[in-house]
Formats: sequence, C-alpha cells, structure tokens
Amino acid sequence: MAITVSIPTILRTHTGGEKSVEASGATLAEVIDSLESNHGGLKARLVKDGTLHRFVNIYVNDEDVRFAGGLEAKVADGDNVTILPAVAGGSR
Amino acid sequence: MARYDSLLDALGDTPLIGLPRLSPSPTVRLWAKLEDRNPTGSIKDRPALAMIEAAERDGTLWPGCTILEPTSGNTGISLAMAAKLKGYGLVCVMPENTSTERKQLLQAYGARIVFSPAAGGSNQAVAMAKELAKQNADWVMLYQYGNPANAQAHYNGTGPEILRDLPEVTHFVAGLGTTGTLVGAGRYLREHKPEVQIIAAEPRYGELVYGLRNLDEGFVPELYDPDVLTGRYSVGSYDALRRTRQLLETEGIFAGISTGAILHAALAAAEKSAAAGKRADVVFVVADAGWKYLSTGAYSGTLDEAAARMDGHLWA
Repeated sequence: MAITVSIPTILRTHTGGEKSVEASGATLAEVIDSLESNHGGLKARLVKDGTLHRFVNIYVNDEDVRFAGGLEAKVADGDNVTILPAVAGGSR
Repeated sequence: MARYDSLLDALGDTPLIGLPRLSPSPTVRLWAKLEDRNPTGSIKDRPALAMIEAAERDGTLWPGCTILEPTSGNTGISLAMAAKLKGYGLVCVMPENTSTERKQLLQAYGARIVFSPAAGGSNQAVAMAKELAKQNADWVMLYQYGNPANAQAHYNGTGPEILRDLPEVTHFVAGLGTTGTLVGAGRYLREHKPEVQIIAAEPRYGELVYGLRNLDEGFVPELYDPDVLTGRYSVGSYDALRRTRQLLETEGIFAGISTGAILHAALAAAEKSAAAGKRADVVFVVADAGWKYLSTGAYSGTLDEAAARMDGHLWA
C-alpha cells in the first residue's frame, strides 16, 4: 500500500491534471520529496524556507499537520494526505 | 429564570446536553452545547449582538445607520433581527451558493442582500464587502472576521458557561470560520484550565469552491490566534452529513450540517482519548438546527445522493 495524496486544482499543472497521486514516506517531508521526484515543481509550491507555505494547508487523515509535527508529522501506508489552499481560518 | 424583557435579553445560557449513546464509554463522554437555542437559532447571535453593542458604545453606530457585513448567512440573520429591533438598516454580502432558507430569512427581516460569486466562497464576500465599505463611507461594517467583540462574546459567554456547567471539561470543539468561537471560548478555557484541548473543525468543500482559489491569496481572519488551538480537522461534505444524521438518529438532535463536521472532529478526539485509556469530557458546539438546510436535501435519500447534492454548496 502507498500513501494517497489529493492535489488541489491549482497545483494539478504539476501532476498532469491528476486529482490524486501516490507517494511514499514515513514523514510528511519524505512524502513531499517523493512527490517532487515524480512531479517536479510541487515541493516549491508547498514548502518555503523549510516550513509549510503560509497559505497551504496539509492534512493527514483530515488532521492538520501543523498541529501534528508539521513537516515531521508521521505518515503511514494507507493514509490519505490532502493538500488544500487555505480558506478562512488558515495558518495566520 | 426563563422570563426576559425582550428577545435580545434571551441570548446565551444555552443547554449542555449529555450524549450517552454517542459517547465511546462512560469515562469518555460527549456533550452538545445547543447554540441553536439562541434568539434567531444560531451561535451567531452572540457575536452579532456583542459587535452591535460595542459599536454603539464607541459611537460608530446610532439609530438610522446602515450596517454592512459579509456573511454566509447566520451572522446576517442575527444582525438582521437586532437591526430590526434597534432601528438600523442592514446590507449583507453573501455567496450566492448558500441555502435558500438563509436568503428568505434575511429578506423576511428586511435585510438587503448583495450576492458574491459562488466560486469565490466567503473570501470573495469579504473582499466585496470591503470594496462596498469604501464606496459607502456612511455604512458601518462590523466585520466579524476582525472585530474583537466577536471573540469577546465567547470569552464572556460561551466559555464561562461551559466551565460552570462542566468543570471537568477536557476538550472544546467548534467550527472554524471567523475563528471567534474557538479563539474566544478557547482562550477563556485555557486561562482557567491550561490542559484543555481546543479543536477546530473546518469545512472541506468540493471543487467548485476551491477551484479558482490561488495559493497566494489565502485569507486568514484577523481574529485568528493559532496559539489557542491544539488541533484542527478538515471535514468533507460526506462525513459532515453522515455525522449530522447520526446525531439525529442516536441522540435525537436535529442539527445543521456544520454541526456534523464539528461532531466528526469531536469523535476523532474522543476516540484518541479512549485509545490512550484517558478519561475525557468533550464539549462540542451545535451551531444551529437543521431547519435552514432542509431544501438542500441533506436529510433525505442516501448519504451519497445527499453528498452529491451538497457539492458546491456552502454549508458552514
């Protein structure tokens, strides 16, 4: 089993239009590196200066990673990772 | 005492209801704070009245004034009722994809509605309201996303009521929109019981709502204070609907759809405590009742059908 990552419309230019792609890794940082190796350019849209981009929210099984270790949040096979643009109530 | 001099005086002091059937165990308990028992039927009566009274006190609002506010519905309905009783006009900027009941209620109270495009969601309603405020200098925008009186209403009301009724509270779960409920009630609870977990449930909408949003135009309410929160969940329409129905079927509470999303996060928190062998008393907000969403089809047909119908609707 792999990790399923949902990609928002605005970032699908990096995934050839795919809504959902697979990745691997034990932490969110590893998952993002794994995404970058298959879909170049994604990482720069998600991570800035070593932390999550201000207006990007990432969830592991619906829980916001900012409250679960950020880029070091634990991820396991079978988990769903969801990337979303911040809406009202983003990270500051 | 259940006698009040006017409808506005009947605000707050809402019931806290135990949910023995939904609670994971006798030591991990769920409690519903019934905010639909406010004068216009939603938690938004608290911030709406507090913002009006603060503006009256500081002299920005007097009888005959017109109030302007971006709202997805409930705040507008609360403001419309208070404006009617106090002699103000009201203009609401509201996304066009909110339920028809919300529009009808606002119109019944005499409010004027300016619609913002569905695809822009609440963010665009806020942007349009700010633009209208510039063009109409005599209108008073209370601006629930940045008005400290919003969070203060929960700091003075919602938070103390919970601690009074349930001193053993371990978790408080509410919806994340303006962030006023979580920041206000959360701050009060953390000040008095630092170990209390403050958990946000935010709606996750379909493609239509997110589709056009640019990552560089994120909007974060001025009231938001991430230091108050200890957890945050994003809940999609399907889970929100599933939990809304579960609350009705198991405990008899007929709540609106955003409450289903809040319950989903509350159950996730409760199950974490149960798995860790810890006792928990999880309070979550019932933001409004289901009446305003009957026309969306949320309560009829299969869950999949209802979720498909909700796609593109703003339900929180």
